[in-house]
Amino acid sequence: MTIGSIPLRFKVEIDPDQCMLCGRCIENCSYGVFRKEGDAIFVNSRNCVACHRCSAFCPRDAISIYEKPTDYRSHPVWTREIREAVFNQAKTGKIILAGMGNALPYPIIFDRLVLDACQVTNPSIDPLREPMELRTYLGKKPSSLSLKESADGTVELITKLSPNLQIETPIMVGHMSYGAISLNAQTAIAKAVSRIGTFMGTGEGGLHESLYPYQSNMIVQVASGRFGVDINYLERGAAIEIKIGQGAKPGIGGHLPGEKVCADVSCTRMIPEGSDAISPAPHHDIYSIEDLKQLVRSLKEATEWKKPVFVKIAAVHNTAAIAAGIARSSADAVVIDGFRGGTGAAPRVFRDHVGIPVEAAVASVDAKLRQQGIRNQVSIIASGGIRESADVAKIICLGADAVYIGTSALVAMGCRVCGTCYRGQCAWGIATQKPELTKRLDPDVESVHVENLIHGWTLELAELMGAAGINSIESLRGNRDRLRGYMLDEGLLNVLDVKTVGA
Amino acid sequence: MSMKTVRIDAKDLHYTPLNMKIRAAVADGVKEIVIDHVLGQRFIADGLRGDDVTITVNGVPGGDLAMFMSGPTIIVHGNADHAPGNTMDKGKVIIHGSAGDAVAHSMRGGKVYVRDNIGYRGGIHMKRYREKHPILVVGGSARAFLGESMAGGMIIVLGLKGVHPVSEQGVGSGIHGGEIFVRGTIDDLCLGGGARQAPVTEEQKSVIRPIIEDFAKSFGIDAAPLLASDYTRIAATSARPFANKYTWE
Repeated sequence: MTIGSIPLRFKVEIDPDQCMLCGRCIENCSYGVFRKEGDAIFVNSRNCVACHRCSAFCPRDAISIYEKPTDYRSHPVWTREIREAVFNQAKTGKIILAGMGNALPYPIIFDRLVLDACQVTNPSIDPLREPMELRTYLGKKPSSLSLKESADGTVELITKLSPNLQIETPIMVGHMSYGAISLNAQTAIAKAVSRIGTFMGTGEGGLHESLYPYQSNMIVQVASGRFGVDINYLERGAAIEIKIGQGAKPGIGGHLPGEKVCADVSCTRMIPEGSDAISPAPHHDIYSIEDLKQLVRSLKEATEWKKPVFVKIAAVHNTAAIAAGIARSSADAVVIDGFRGGTGAAPRVFRDHVGIPVEAAVASVDAKLRQQGIRNQVSIIASGGIRESADVAKIICLGADAVYIGTSALVAMGCRVCGTCYRGQCAWGIATQKPELTKRLDPDVESVHVENLIHGWTLELAELMGAAGINSIESLRGNRDRLRGYMLDEGLLNVLDVKTVGA
Repeated sequence: MSMKTVRIDAKDLHYTPLNMKIRAAVADGVKEIVIDHVLGQRFIADGLRGDDVTITVNGVPGGDLAMFMSGPTIIVHGNADHAPGNTMDKGKVIIHGSAGDAVAHSMRGGKVYVRDNIGYRGGIHMKRYREKHPILVVGGSARAFLGESMAGGMIIVLGLKGVHPVSEQGVGSGIHGGEIFVRGTIDDLCLGGGARQAPVTEEQKSVIRPIIEDFAKSFGIDAAPLLASDYTRIAATSARPFANKYTWE
């Protein structure tokens, strides 16, 4: 017996009454779904990944895409995904690689948290009428200030302040490397963040020279492969981030296959063209929390203590204790990447099963740092699964200083979350290095989309704060009283330190 | 151009002020810097530039000596702690003694010469890029996981003074580029996954010859017996050890 082919995932249909045979679907589909034979366009539905590039560019709405046109016998345990994973591994004996974030239907804590608003007893604030302070400073804050007053009455600050990043909205764009995404996609994000006055991460791919004009809005990443890392790169960044782990695949390294290491990616990563870029699972100069301190300090020492250094970890069981160690390592911020974080490619088993939600991780980190009296030593940046402004408001209430967005910035540029980034065929020109595809993404146009998205969220955040009678983001941070849990169990309410609705 | 020399006394000096003094001297055009009484200061010459600068370290430097360094030459009269040459880009580190773990970790360019022995994970994840070709030479022996995850560059272990170059496991574990040369051979059981050893060819020996001569000269060792010896080359069985590990969802 043979396993045979699995049922179609998507069925593509062209309405012949609407189609005018313009061929835009053929031009746009990078997966080979459409072909023209004579006076008709034929489809091969099996190639479809539902990236919607064809239907988005069809001038007549002639294309329909249906998911799962053939059902398996339904079964609550033996889901379609489980069965197809078994087929796949029975055929190949390999690790299944998947794209985007966690695809299992775990309950989303954000959606079980509700925000507060003022009614009668305390007045809400109209952001149109009154200033709302969303500016955020990332980095160490002094626990006290010592001042010296001289005879002429001038006051001098004696306390030496650590460098902070100033962001005009608590929304940044997280680390998506050149290699994982195209240079045009990175450029669009770079233009957007510099206009907004926020920051983006380079990912572990180095900094392409065409992005140097935006370097003052770049956080440069140092990961275990040390790709693209030299003193010039470190000096260019506004801040440096050590990547210990990633929410989409905690505990493992990364492999950028040689096929994606084109001439330009090779220069930026500083590796030979066509060679596999293998990032080891651990940093081999960090085997302990003391070693982490040494890496943090080595980066500060290399850049003469002028730049904040962040440490990014995946949200895992012991995140709070780990973050407490990081807070004592001289790091200026800890990035907590939840298990819904996106990725270009991750083993499916990691993407779906390893790590914890960012909501619980951030709440526990914030609580632990406060308990130990070291919350001022580090800022907390939440990432992984931030989908809309409400998520930003809620995670700040749970203790975050700011967020990184990733997938939502890509969606703003056209990404349809088809989850096949790892194939390098992205029809939207985002997760690919093929010139014929990357040229589809106009950095100027898409930078406006990313900017619009962050601007819209920022306006909504200001409205939410105003409704809660809060005019400064400082007063929202860690303000769990403005949150209530809806249908959350007692254990989780305790971890989040949030009361239930009605209480 | 006159050669300017500066002496720095590192006694009781923290690494940050020490590095500030080094940077200030380099900025001032000093080409020769001598640091005395070094006792465990980490990060010496971290991120330092200056192709024609030589720094002599008298004492025992702490971890991450010459990390991210791009250009200078450092001569250590003493042992070094872990990871000298970490993520180094260009330059030379000559250690008249032994060094700790992860020597030349992730080094992309330049040379690290260690007269005596090194600890675990020497040359781990070294890589090359264009004209940059990192080289680690060890006079004595290396401990386990030498050249792990190596992506490029060259490691040579000479086994001088009667020690065996490597007698522990994991040599070249996960290696996918670059090469490791040892004087003599190593036990096959010491090879890591994905690594294999073979006797050097004449062509390969001609490549390592000038490096061994330079190493010998740096420490005043007679190169002749080293050049007369037989060497083994350890390299990857596949340039793409991960290529067949995955299937698409």
